[in-house]
Amino acid sequence: MIAETGLAALWLAAALALLQLILAFAGLKGGKPELLAAVRPAAVAQGVLTAIAFALLVTLFLRSDMSVLLVVTNSHSMKPWLYKFAGAWGNHEGSMLLWVTVMGMAGAAVALFERALRRDTHMATLGGQAAISLGFYAFLLFSSNPFARIDPAPADGQGLNPLLQDPGLAFHPPTLYLGYVGLSVAFSFAIGALLTRQVDAAFARAMRPWVLAAWVLLTLGITAGSYWAYYELGWGGWWFWDPVENASLMPWLAATALLHSVTVLATRDALRAWTIMLAVVAFSMSMVGTFLVRSGILTSVHAFAVDPTRGSFILALLALYIGGALALFGWRIGSVREGAPFELVSRETMLVVNNLLLTVILGLVLIGTLYPLMTEAFGHKVSVGAPYFDRIAGPIALALMVAMAAGPLTRWRKDRARLVGKRLLIPAAIALIVAISLSVFALGRIGILPFLGLVIALSVGVASLAPLWKRNLRRTPLFTYGMVIAHLGCAVSLAGMACDSAFTVEKLVAARPGDTIQTAGWTLHFRKIAPLAGDNWTALQADIDVSRGGGSVLIHPQSRFFASPPTTTSEAALLTRWNGQLYVVLGEEVEGGRWQLRVWWKPFVTLIWLGGVMIALGGAMALVGRERRGWLMKWRARKATEVAA
Amino acid sequence: MKAKHQRLILALAALVALIGAGLLAASALKDEAAYFYAPNDVKTKGVEPGKAIRLGGMVVKNSLKRAPDGVTIHFNVSDGKATVPATFSGIAPDLFKEGSGVVAEGSFDAKGTFIATNLLAKHDERYMPRELEGMNYNETTHEMKAER
Repeated sequence: MIAETGLAALWLAAALALLQLILAFAGLKGGKPELLAAVRPAAVAQGVLTAIAFALLVTLFLRSDMSVLLVVTNSHSMKPWLYKFAGAWGNHEGSMLLWVTVMGMAGAAVALFERALRRDTHMATLGGQAAISLGFYAFLLFSSNPFARIDPAPADGQGLNPLLQDPGLAFHPPTLYLGYVGLSVAFSFAIGALLTRQVDAAFARAMRPWVLAAWVLLTLGITAGSYWAYYELGWGGWWFWDPVENASLMPWLAATALLHSVTVLATRDALRAWTIMLAVVAFSMSMVGTFLVRSGILTSVHAFAVDPTRGSFILALLALYIGGALALFGWRIGSVREGAPFELVSRETMLVVNNLLLTVILGLVLIGTLYPLMTEAFGHKVSVGAPYFDRIAGPIALALMVAMAAGPLTRWRKDRARLVGKRLLIPAAIALIVAISLSVFALGRIGILPFLGLVIALSVGVASLAPLWKRNLRRTPLFTYGMVIAHLGCAVSLAGMACDSAFTVEKLVAARPGDTIQTAGWTLHFRKIAPLAGDNWTALQADIDVSRGGGSVLIHPQSRFFASPPTTTSEAALLTRWNGQLYVVLGEEVEGGRWQLRVWWKPFVTLIWLGGVMIALGGAMALVGRERRGWLMKWRARKATEVAA
Repeated sequence: MKAKHQRLILALAALVALIGAGLLAASALKDEAAYFYAPNDVKTKGVEPGKAIRLGGMVVKNSLKRAPDGVTIHFNVSDGKATVPATFSGIAPDLFKEGSGVVAEGSFDAKGTFIATNLLAKHDERYMPRELEGMNYNETTHEMKAER
């Protein structure tokens, strides 16, 4: 009954989405308020229904209901409960249900909490959200039904890919999807604004919190995914330019650009058409990413299943929504008045530079990701890997960081280049000092990109604090702190990346129990190796005493074997210290009773993810700061009218 | 007029940035397209020592030898037409074995041995390095059929 109820909830939600679409547009067209009155309840009901469907799927997984096909193919009764729970979205159908649920709940949130938007634009936005939701309901119901039964029910399931059996699965996909799919709200806002021709500062102020919220979650999701890949894959890398990583990076780049251009629109009423375009592009990138991942046309750990009909279905949705939105943009944007002009040396220009560089990176990543598909159409198989992406994204990202240092120090409307230069004197001096000392101490030992990365990270880190210089810190608004922390986070993250590639020390040995290994100031004493059993795996575990001068710590790298499905994974042992991480991987046994051990000392590598968390925190502070200011202003206005009365 | 003027400068700057990015991408992609080699490509076209490439093919049966240090392996990579000796130091992926596909990243040394810095084997039964799709190893004749 649970599966059937879930399916019924989904059908009902889809029907409500259709109703919501018709009500919104018929109501707006005919000017019928009685029709519009039902739009918001329909959106809220959809949110509730999708949440119910999702909760029911999770219940099926927790109960290991083997009469449901999805549970059979992706779960096993012996699996720990956390992976039964999180395993609900560790597969194609479940993750698409998560997608639809987030979309439904985002629509409900827009219906419930959006107060600043003009009513007709609000209704058109909800109509737009219903329109895009409909396509994904159709996709789920017609080609990816998560509630399909299997008869006869087998005795047990086939298990979950062991690489996914990690607490990361409980956090990374939901957070990522909240951000990824949350961008659909910005898309719907753009559709709504184009339909009612309301593209102005008030609209931007209404859209900004939604963009910020999605962006914060997307940032957290990507950061978590990167850390997970880092410790789970056992390769010591934190970003692999895997198509699926690119699929999450591209919407992030577009959303970051959007976040900055929407601020220009909200503050100065400029960049109107561009902001709308970015809102369309951001969610389009989410959909392109889904297409790449879910169609299985690119090989990847994330490509759960290869099914051409699903690929063509998503391709059709993609063409419909992106094409439709661009057509609407082309048709309506001519009637949007030109925004306010601005001077060449101004904050606005700096933000245009930000947008330009982000868009260029986005374009180049998109080209690199799609290039293998394009060449394959001509019968030529090529894979585009890290060398391409490092070479193109590295230099532009560094230029972007420099612009990020200058932007907040440039005034809105009009500034003078000489004054901006003067404010950048201290960071420039720091850059020079770092460059000279690195040349003296590490010349020839580190590459040009890590070198520039370190120089820029340190100087930009200082420059990002400069907006607080000579300000009354207690009266500085929370959103200014948010910007400062997010920008500082970028510098911190860059510093981590540069340190990792410049100073990592790697040691590879075959050692017998009892042997001692010395590397990068650490002493590793390999004590013994012993078998170990977990809930649904067996392992060989090494006991290694590690010390650096003082007391020693016992760490346990493992090689795990999962019976269902039969797979071996390597569980790296990580030891975190303030100035870096020791990363130890256990390999296989070789002749002479020796075991392969791979040891990395990665100085300051943790800064990469600390920076990511700071960026997200900064975004959250900006969100709260702006919202609080809005409430305070409203409250003061009400007080003032009360006093006047 | 003045506003228009500035808009023009911005548009020009954008254009220059886009063209620059396009050229960067084109040159990077050109290198990338010349990045993957099968052993026969190495034989016919030749690769200069030290150039970073990807070498793809099948690990020849009975060619895998482990060096006394325990972490270095020597093996031969074949595409059915030519065979290239290769060497790798590190923890090989679980599914790296004789008779299965491998893509090795690295470069040739002066003696014509491929020094791999990274091995990409299929890391589960569903994953196949893209360039190796359609290649099959014949277990009995130790030959590889390339359908490329």
